[in-house]
Amino acid sequence: MNEVASLDAALVGARPQAMGALLRHFRDLDTAEEAFQEACLRALQSWPAKGPPRDPAAWLIFVGKNATLDRLRRSQKQQPLPADDALSDLDDAEARMATQLDDVHYRDDILRLLFICCHPDLPATQQIALALRIVSGLSVAEIARAFLVSEAAMEQRITRAKHRVADADVPFEPPDAAARATRLSAVATVIYLLFNEGYSATGGTAHVRAPLCDEAIRLARLLLRLFPGEPEIMGLTALLLFQHSRTPARLDTDGAIVLLEDQDRRLWKRDLISEGLALLDKAMRHRQPGPFQVQAAIAALHGRAARPEDTDWNEIDTLYATLERLQPSPVVTLNRAVAVSKVRGAEAALAMIEPLARQLSGYFYFFGLRGALLQKLGRDEEARNAFDRAIALANTPAEAAHIRMQLDRLAKS
Amino acid sequence: MLYAIFCYDSEDIVGAWTKEQDDAAIAKLGVVKQKLAQAGRLGPTVRLMPTTTATTVRKGREPIVLDGPFAETKEQLLGFYIVDCASLEQAIETAKDLGRASSSLGSYEIRPLRLFHPGSLAT
Repeated sequence: MNEVASLDAALVGARPQAMGALLRHFRDLDTAEEAFQEACLRALQSWPAKGPPRDPAAWLIFVGKNATLDRLRRSQKQQPLPADDALSDLDDAEARMATQLDDVHYRDDILRLLFICCHPDLPATQQIALALRIVSGLSVAEIARAFLVSEAAMEQRITRAKHRVADADVPFEPPDAAARATRLSAVATVIYLLFNEGYSATGGTAHVRAPLCDEAIRLARLLLRLFPGEPEIMGLTALLLFQHSRTPARLDTDGAIVLLEDQDRRLWKRDLISEGLALLDKAMRHRQPGPFQVQAAIAALHGRAARPEDTDWNEIDTLYATLERLQPSPVVTLNRAVAVSKVRGAEAALAMIEPLARQLSGYFYFFGLRGALLQKLGRDEEARNAFDRAIALANTPAEAAHIRMQLDRLAKS
Repeated sequence: MLYAIFCYDSEDIVGAWTKEQDDAAIAKLGVVKQKLAQAGRLGPTVRLMPTTTATTVRKGREPIVLDGPFAETKEQLLGFYIVDCASLEQAIETAKDLGRASSSLGSYEIRPLRLFHPGSLAT
């Protein structure tokens, strides 16, 4: 690995903790960001010669704080201070003291930083964009590319989000247990959305959006390190690992969707599956099931099956029934119907999804599944209608292409 | 004399490596390992899963099971076992068995392995 790349990893790795502490000091996202940028610039000047410090985050917090205080003082008094000399002599002892002070707040700092970005007042697209910018440190250009919008539009979206959270007035005192739980759950949801943003990418967009999945997993692991005893965060991390393990098999070389049962399972990333299973094992010991854990358990059953026919659909059906209780939604029932079709047949599955027709009248997957079930029952004309609706509702060209393939099969039969 | 060499590093930094960076780091280490193996000096090598997968068992009459890695600094690393277990539950039971067999206090940190190479030491 070259030197620049390793410096980069140190800066990226230290970013959440450093930004979290700087935000606590300055109580303003823009000032914290400028302080962090300033500290990074100085790190890039100083680290290559001296080597990176033992504790990059403490160094960045210390330097960022001082440099910014000096700048603020200078701009107030118009009096230059000999800041640079003092800072370049910064030794480890001072940085250590700064860490000791900051370690106490470490966990809540990062959680606050994440929570501000994931603030419930923000629409999901702004939450994700702000988290990527502030916590992950992606450039506006990178985020714009991932969301397939112009840089100017993304800049605007992020600025708007920042104004909104400034108005929202998130308290800076350490949160109590209930507030901490609320923050944790809001953050977990946004990490999940961030992952999906990357995961739903198809064809030509897959390569620019896959890093969003990696970033979501990194944030989930970070969150779990801060809150090691939270079964839902274990579940979330496991779920993302299972989903991501299938990435290499989800699209064929033309960028077309490959369904779970047609995927080449040898391409699945085994190390991610093992890590997910280890986390799920840990979560289960708590006997506090939650939506992320149940979804992870479902994904694990797919991950464990060497061949599609080895899948334990009975257990998946049971788990979806649990999920319906924990988090009732027509989409969960729709997913359950897939398991039901395997266990009790297409007729039963169709009966299960018919009542959802009104709620899911604009949902691509509803008509995709409905068509497939009708086709199995030999009701070709109705199947064709359902597939036509699905094509009209497809979110991506790959989805539409997939349904067209089903229609072709119908025409041939 | 046999020596164990333990690797300590910042998970924040290593976790921020891209796959390419990780592969490159492993490949560089592989060259050193290969030399050791050719000289017949390499025993088992292991890469652990992230600390998020860790569980700690504190010894005692009623052992306590905690999520997360071993975090105390009053105790020192004195040894380790590599055990094949069907589940975390079995690994915890195994650690408790070991704990019952030793009279001291202390802890066992249980970590699943990401990679295991048995090595080729003549014993």
